[in-house]
Amino acid sequence: MKILVPVKRVVDYNVKVRVKGDGTGVDIANVKMSMNPFDEIAIEEAVRLKEAGIATEIIAVSAGVAGCQETLRTAMAIGADRGILIETDIELQPLAVAKLLKAVCEKEQPQLVLCGKQAIDDDANQTGQMLAALMGWPQATFASKVIIAGGMATVTREVDGGLETIEIALPAVVSADLRLNEPRYATLPNIMKAKKKPLDVISPATLDVDVTPRLKTLKVAEPAKRSAGVKVANVADLVARLKNEAKVI
Amino acid sequence: MAILVIAEHDNVSLKPATLNALTAACKIGGELHVLVAGSGCAEVAAAVASLAGVARVRVADAAQYADQSAENMAALVVANAAGYSHIVCPATTNGKNFMPRVAALLDVAQISDIVAVESADIFVRPIYAGNVLATVQSADVVKVITVRTTAFEAAGEGGSAIIEALTAIADTGKSRLLGRELTKSGRPELTAARVIVSGGRGLGNGESYHKLLEPLADKLNAALGASRAAVDAGFVPNDYQVGQTGKIVAPQLYIAIGISGAIQHLAGMKDSKVIVAINKDPEAPIFQVADYGLVGDLFEVVPALVAALG
Ligand SMILES: Cc1cc2nc3c(=O)[nH]c(=O)nc-3n(C[C@H](O)[C@H](O)[C@H](O)COP(=O)(O)OP(=O)(O)OC[C@H]3O[C@@H](n4cnc5c(N)ncnc54)[C@H](O)[C@@H]3O)c2cc1C
Ligand SMILES: Nc1ncnc2c1ncn2[C@@H]1O[C@H](COP(=O)(O)O)[C@@H](O)[C@H]1O
Repeated sequence: MKILVPVKRVVDYNVKVRVKGDGTGVDIANVKMSMNPFDEIAIEEAVRLKEAGIATEIIAVSAGVAGCQETLRTAMAIGADRGILIETDIELQPLAVAKLLKAVCEKEQPQLVLCGKQAIDDDANQTGQMLAALMGWPQATFASKVIIAGGMATVTREVDGGLETIEIALPAVVSADLRLNEPRYATLPNIMKAKKKPLDVISPATLDVDVTPRLKTLKVAEPAKRSAGVKVANVADLVARLKNEAKVI
Repeated sequence: MAILVIAEHDNVSLKPATLNALTAACKIGGELHVLVAGSGCAEVAAAVASLAGVARVRVADAAQYADQSAENMAALVVANAAGYSHIVCPATTNGKNFMPRVAALLDVAQISDIVAVESADIFVRPIYAGNVLATVQSADVVKVITVRTTAFEAAGEGGSAIIEALTAIADTGKSRLLGRELTKSGRPELTAARVIVSGGRGLGNGESYHKLLEPLADKLNAALGASRAAVDAGFVPNDYQVGQTGKIVAPQLYIAIGISGAIQHLAGMKDSKVIVAINKDPEAPIFQVADYGLVGDLFEVVPALVAALG
């Protein structure tokens, strides 16, 4: 069984981004970029399925600028067998990414797409569900446990009230939540090996997909800052202030 | 044109998140219709009909909607989408699950997690864990929107909408629910609580989490929350997590205990009205957003606080 893992290149989760002076966007020049943390979890899960003899091949796919090659190499260092870069400088929105991934799925025929639940830059939480819809496949989002057997996936999902477990037939899309696993560190030998793994570069046009954005960003701004309050001396002081000043208890 | 709001419920009662989504829909402007899809959900439909501003409740009552699978929900919404300018639902795990499917089937973008309505086609939404607010304009014919519930007041009572039945769509048969492990608690729901007592890694283990925080939550009639680190370490179940990838909360009072204040955590609670931080590290970033900070060992401070609350 082939597994496709879409990996997005995003601003590293430790970086606090700044809005550009003219409010047209976020300043990402010279900022550390990394693989979206949820996608790392998705790759790790795919690699574990391969190690367990369930998956035969793992294909990492990234859509975006040339720099995404780096993200694909990281995916291959964790254990993906090959990479596909759909290269474009156009800003990609989830619907466009889902359409690109659909074209790749039609060509590669994976049984499972394991993606992240959310990209930490756009915080959209859409792409996997959109891809499943476009393919007419079932989906299991926010996965914290995945069992593959007999052409079915049994997936435990993190939902608002706790956990739920569903069963879906493959092919399907599963999106990874934080507690699905703890991704391994890529070792130096594996990083070296990843450099020699195949990486195809294609364009949205070769996949015949129109990636024109549907949403126009009119402006971006930083939210009103909360000002730091006061340090209270002790518990009695805290209780008094909550009662008399803030009036919340 | 009318707006379709999708109700969140458990077949018995309406989830409060729907009330916030209704207010957001109201701000967009247009006749409000609410879709209730469930099984044996007549009571929910009746509750929706009495909400202020709702003109029509459209009920799909059939076995295949009992657990609202994304596949069945999307098929139903898409089949009934004609004539609506906007399709709106709360950005709960349920809404996040099926709404992008609806959007893709309609070939439109989804506008996730809106926090403000500027006009019928311009919305504000947080990106980068809430560190940036983006104002976006949609050119799509139908706007598919999920609503950040903390950004909108709850709609009130006072309506008497028409209730009509919708024809169910055949079960897509794509997904089967095997079971649910829902956290049972006599406490207020995290996303609707007035006061939240939230604990982090500083509590050390699950036993201390409960031993220290339960009495405090009891005194304040508070919901209990947690940082990701506390959930990952198994102190409490996943649905306690507050943050960028957990729940977004905005109570009157949020008490962060043994939580450092990582941006991903702040993303979920920085719109609380009053924030209290208890942490032994005076440099902890949580103090930068706290209205009242108390530097000290939580193992001493929390019991003292419980005692002081009388
Ligand atoms: C993609 C991604 C998504 C994430 N999503 C979330 C999210 O949704 N929610 C979330 O919370 N995190 C999230 N995180 C994790 C986040 O980055 C932090 O790791 C996490 O919030 C830290 O939890 P913490 O504050 O409990 O632990 P720590 O950062 O370890 O802080 C523990 C604090 O306890 C204090 N302390 C220790 N002992 C005592 C004592 N005896 N008395 C008083 N204080 C004490 C310490 O001084 C310290 O400040 C995410 C991370 C990533 C990468
Ligand atoms: N440009 C992209 N390239 C590859 N995968 C992507 C891209 N954008 C989104 N994804 C995948 O879709 C998931 C959800 O992203 P989003 O819907 O943007 O929050 C991510 O975790 C990735 O797995």
